[in-house]
Amino acid sequence: MNIKPTRLRMCGNWVLERFPLAKVWNEHMAHYYAPKNFNFWYFFGSLALLVLVNQFITGILLTMNYKPDAKLAFDSVEYIMRDVNWGWLVRYMHSTGASAFFIVVYLHMFRGLLYGSFKHPRELVWIFGMLLFVALMAEAFMGYLLPWGQMSYWGAQVIISLFSAIPVIGDDLSLWIRGDYVVSDATLNRFFAFHVIAVPLALVLLVFMHIVALHEVGSNNPDGVDIKKSKDPWGHPTDGIPFHPYYTVKDVVGVAVFLIFFATVIFYMPEMGGYFLEHANFIPADPMKTPEHIAPVWYFTPFYSILRAIPDKFAGVIGMGGAIVVLFLLPWLDRGQVKSIRYRGGIYKKALMLFVISFIALGYLGTQPVTPVATIMARIFTAVYFGFFLLMPIYTRWERFKPVPNHITMQPTLEERIPEMKAVIDELTLVTEGENTKRGFNPTGAKNILIRTAKNLKESLD
Amino acid sequence: MIDETVDKSKRQFLTTALTVVGAVGTGYLAVPFLSQMQPSVKAMAAGAPVEIDISKIEEGQLIRVAWRGKPVWVVQRSPQVLETLKTLDSQLRDPLSNESEQPEFSKNPARSMKPEIFVAVGLCTHLGCSPTFRPEVAPHDLGADWKGGFFCPCHGSWFDLAGRVYKGVPAPTNLEVPPYRYETDTLIVVGESAEDKA
Repeated sequence: MNIKPTRLRMCGNWVLERFPLAKVWNEHMAHYYAPKNFNFWYFFGSLALLVLVNQFITGILLTMNYKPDAKLAFDSVEYIMRDVNWGWLVRYMHSTGASAFFIVVYLHMFRGLLYGSFKHPRELVWIFGMLLFVALMAEAFMGYLLPWGQMSYWGAQVIISLFSAIPVIGDDLSLWIRGDYVVSDATLNRFFAFHVIAVPLALVLLVFMHIVALHEVGSNNPDGVDIKKSKDPWGHPTDGIPFHPYYTVKDVVGVAVFLIFFATVIFYMPEMGGYFLEHANFIPADPMKTPEHIAPVWYFTPFYSILRAIPDKFAGVIGMGGAIVVLFLLPWLDRGQVKSIRYRGGIYKKALMLFVISFIALGYLGTQPVTPVATIMARIFTAVYFGFFLLMPIYTRWERFKPVPNHITMQPTLEERIPEMKAVIDELTLVTEGENTKRGFNPTGAKNILIRTAKNLKESLD
Repeated sequence: MIDETVDKSKRQFLTTALTVVGAVGTGYLAVPFLSQMQPSVKAMAAGAPVEIDISKIEEGQLIRVAWRGKPVWVVQRSPQVLETLKTLDSQLRDPLSNESEQPEFSKNPARSMKPEIFVAVGLCTHLGCSPTFRPEVAPHDLGADWKGGFFCPCHGSWFDLAGRVYKGVPAPTNLEVPPYRYETDTLIVVGESAEDKA
């Protein structure tokens, strides 16, 4: 039987003969096999893409009413907030999106540290990702100048002055970046150009390269097992499933949960207590007076703390830059033979834990004013931060690994854990038999559970 | 008849020549592009001197004036302050201002033309924040070692009341002293020194 193709199909075929739409779709979505054991850590890549789209759309809308002029900028932002239809929503989506971008990206990078996603053969995926991170920091920094508030002004003044610490060319370089002897209208105007054209273009290009590099080598997974080793008769990995529809649908769940948090911040706490939008930035820029307490936005504070901790201008700048440069070197610093934290030795687990603690502590200290105690703390945590990376070639050689399975393992689902949870609840309740059976709290049960948890924790860290 | 052999060296020469010409052209084009981001003629011309009337300044007071978009301070120091300045040398990084920026006439311990009147650019030599004026001795937040001076809240740099930087803080040099001259006893012109005028 011969079915005549419909008009629509004929149109579709006309396009497909001229443009490899189906090929691209299959290569990157429908026939791209991803390991089937992705957990929630694997949401953050697609969430970063979602936030990027959010920043593009809200950014374009903001550009329609914003004026990149030192005399008009501050007022034009207030105009957007008060007089433009839904301007407040678009601006809060953009400002909250900036913080959300860093939350998502930091978690995405931490996932890489957990499961060794930066290791062979994914070194370039990591490098492109790091370049994305640097571009993102530049984008956020230049965007923060645009409202032309006190924090915008003095933040830019400090960061541009960082370049002046470079020997010989430093002063000329910072003059060239500012386009004036102080941060001024010229600086604002060029930062606007970079923020809306140059850096976004670089970001899109790097996202493209990040994904192309990833799809060339394939995704890592929580077990760190190479799924290409075992294939079915059709050549598909037995431990893999097509990205579409399996992970597109799964990511929708992640997106929904993310949007709940995102909307809560936008509608109920858009300034996030001065962390997402700093209080001093509601005062117009005043080149004569620095605010009493200046701190960068939260996502820069760990690096800012490192800068402050070192009592020398050039060394401080080197320390701050070095904190980012060491991340680039990670694939070559880590000599461990095993990818996933599930099978790595206790020494890496402890080192990673110390690193996370020091990163968060540096971030907290960066939001606080300088005191002698805080400076000493910042120095200790700076040492831990660099120790994690620079001692890595040594301590990863001492690691005692657990045997890595040949196939990926499946963790019990939430449903399968119900009996386990029931057992814990039973252990916690004290049942008094009698006329009326009473149920109360069982202290010995609680103690047993605590001891067991502590033992498990210790065991998993060894 | 067509000669089947290919002269690879000719191709190589053409490729190299084209690459070199292209690179030189790109280099030439980079000059206007990069130079476009330098301060414009207008920005460079905006450095006119400013006059500061100090007839009403009181002891211990600080006046803040904009010069080239930067804050310039004028502080009237008391004799006690000038005495204290002499005792600090061992705690300072550059007490004699050998590595700091100032006109020749203010390269002295008090870093000024007239000892009691201190003029400086109010930007930290670390990363350009404007330090706070803290003339009081041993305030609660700065501790007992504080002898009065300028404190940069951004990265915790300490300067004494002559703008000289303490040891062990991030700022590398003393606060910059701009060129200035006295038009009359109570009128300072910042941006011009007496030598320029003469």
